[in-house]
Amino acid sequence: MNSETSTETQTGTAPVVGGGTTGTASALEGRPGVPFGRTLQAEVRKMVDTRAGRWMVIVMAALVVFILAAFVLWGPAEDATFDNLLQIATLPLAMLLPVIGIMAATAEWTQRTGLVTFTLEPRRGRVVLAKALGALALGLVVTAVAFAAAALANLAGTGAWDLDAAAGAGLVLALLIYVLQGVAFGLLFLNTPVAIVTVLVLPTAWTIATQVFSSLADVGRWIDLDSVTRPLFAGEMAGQDWAQLGTGVGVWVLLPLAVGTWRVLTREVK
Amino acid sequence: MITVENLTKRYGGFTAVDDISFEVRPGSVVGFLGPNGAGKSTAMRMMTGLTPPTSGRATLLGQPYRDLHNPGRQVGVMLDASAQHPGRTGREVLRVAAISIGVSKTRVEEALALVGLNDEEAGRRVRNYSLGMRQRLGIAAALLGEPRVLVLDEPANGLDPQGIHWMRGLLRRFADGGGTVLLSSHLLHEVQIVADDLVMIGRGKIVAMGSKEELLSRGGTSVSSTDDTRLAQLLQAADVPVTRTGSGLVVEAEPRVVGEIAARESLVLLELRSGGSEGLEEMFLGLTAATSREGDAA
Repeated sequence: MNSETSTETQTGTAPVVGGGTTGTASALEGRPGVPFGRTLQAEVRKMVDTRAGRWMVIVMAALVVFILAAFVLWGPAEDATFDNLLQIATLPLAMLLPVIGIMAATAEWTQRTGLVTFTLEPRRGRVVLAKALGALALGLVVTAVAFAAAALANLAGTGAWDLDAAAGAGLVLALLIYVLQGVAFGLLFLNTPVAIVTVLVLPTAWTIATQVFSSLADVGRWIDLDSVTRPLFAGEMAGQDWAQLGTGVGVWVLLPLAVGTWRVLTREVK
Repeated sequence: MITVENLTKRYGGFTAVDDISFEVRPGSVVGFLGPNGAGKSTAMRMMTGLTPPTSGRATLLGQPYRDLHNPGRQVGVMLDASAQHPGRTGREVLRVAAISIGVSKTRVEEALALVGLNDEEAGRRVRNYSLGMRQRLGIAAALLGEPRVLVLDEPANGLDPQGIHWMRGLLRRFADGGGTVLLSSHLLHEVQIVADDLVMIGRGKIVAMGSKEELLSRGGTSVSSTDDTRLAQLLQAADVPVTRTGSGLVVEAEPRVVGEIAARESLVLLELRSGGSEGLEEMFLGLTAATSREGDAA
């Protein structure tokens, strides 16, 4: 509390209305806004404290468990290795993790909670950063659950621990890219259904487009997010794969992230 | 303290807020009164940094809103009570805000008690809240950081008469403690109960400003007697302008002048009061009619 006596007289030209008995009040000293740690904590909490958010996480975990159980029970027994099980477990995650990012990014606008969020922290860029980091953290938690579930399933399966570090790291990175893509599209459209449909339809649209225009196939190797992350999931990244991953992520993650952030920073909150 | 200087917002060719200036000093509850679409909400969004002004500026406690340190601790804002995630409970809404502001869970319970939301209601999802309960929750959120300034958009909307009087007590105590309150309303009778001073806005421009008494007395003196015709003749004879209304007379003079004339002539007065809200009400209705889309305020 800094209560230095304020001797400055108000020289404003605005006409005064009301009060005037208690003198002038001055603002608290300190840097603008709120410490980032608190913003991050609040944003992560908002992702899981609604039914939609909580169920999203529960459904993802349940799907992973269900798919693994089904594979161990009815799948070809010799294929139930750690690497294979993990690949199978992450199939639904690649599709659903972006939704976590999307919901985090769009809620402020679709439910109009931005009126509160952006008055408590007027520096909106920090809120966007907190949302992106929070969604990535949540994505990591879900991925960790998938790893644990795959390990358990492997004990019931062949018990072969055939996952190398590169494949494991590649898989995590690929899933995080999908989470961030969700955040980016959420910020770009600021509308949950449009963002979800776009993210889910995009890979299919690419496949169809490349079949109609065969010339797109060459381009696709550089910018189709599905094809550029394939070697990453498989843990087989080579020189050109990294360059292709870079361009794909640039087009489908970083570009919408930049445009979306700009939209949030400049848009009027109503 | 809230200072607004030449604040203007244009959307294309449409001017939503047109060069408004006023200053709200600590210790006062000021009503921002105007019909729907007059520019109240736009002005309040500009004050709180949500909408960039076309020109002019607004400061709270001497600083632009966006420069405030931990704004939730200094300015309590409620711009729309309905703008809450329906899937959160009332208590959860406040807990999330408390994390951001940096206050304890105990303060959340205090704020809930302050606005009269009980334990069962606080645990209910906002989806199942009435508008009045949402207003109380919004006010609890605004008060959470124990701010010194309140900016509330239509806080009495959806409250029952009892609730409006409760709000008057709450805001009066806040102002008596050195706080500054600016609240908007599109209902004259509502703002008359809650606020002490008024800023009246229509079509984006300030049309009247001042204390409630001052604005109300512009309507002259209302009087009725057992013989209004005779009273009107006497007043006219004394060079006091008089107009007849349905329930009596409206006189452009102090109540004392009218009372003295009546006493001299031994007329029985049934009612004698300053202003009444006729003047303000007429002005307000005029504004509403002028800005209403239909235009046939018959």
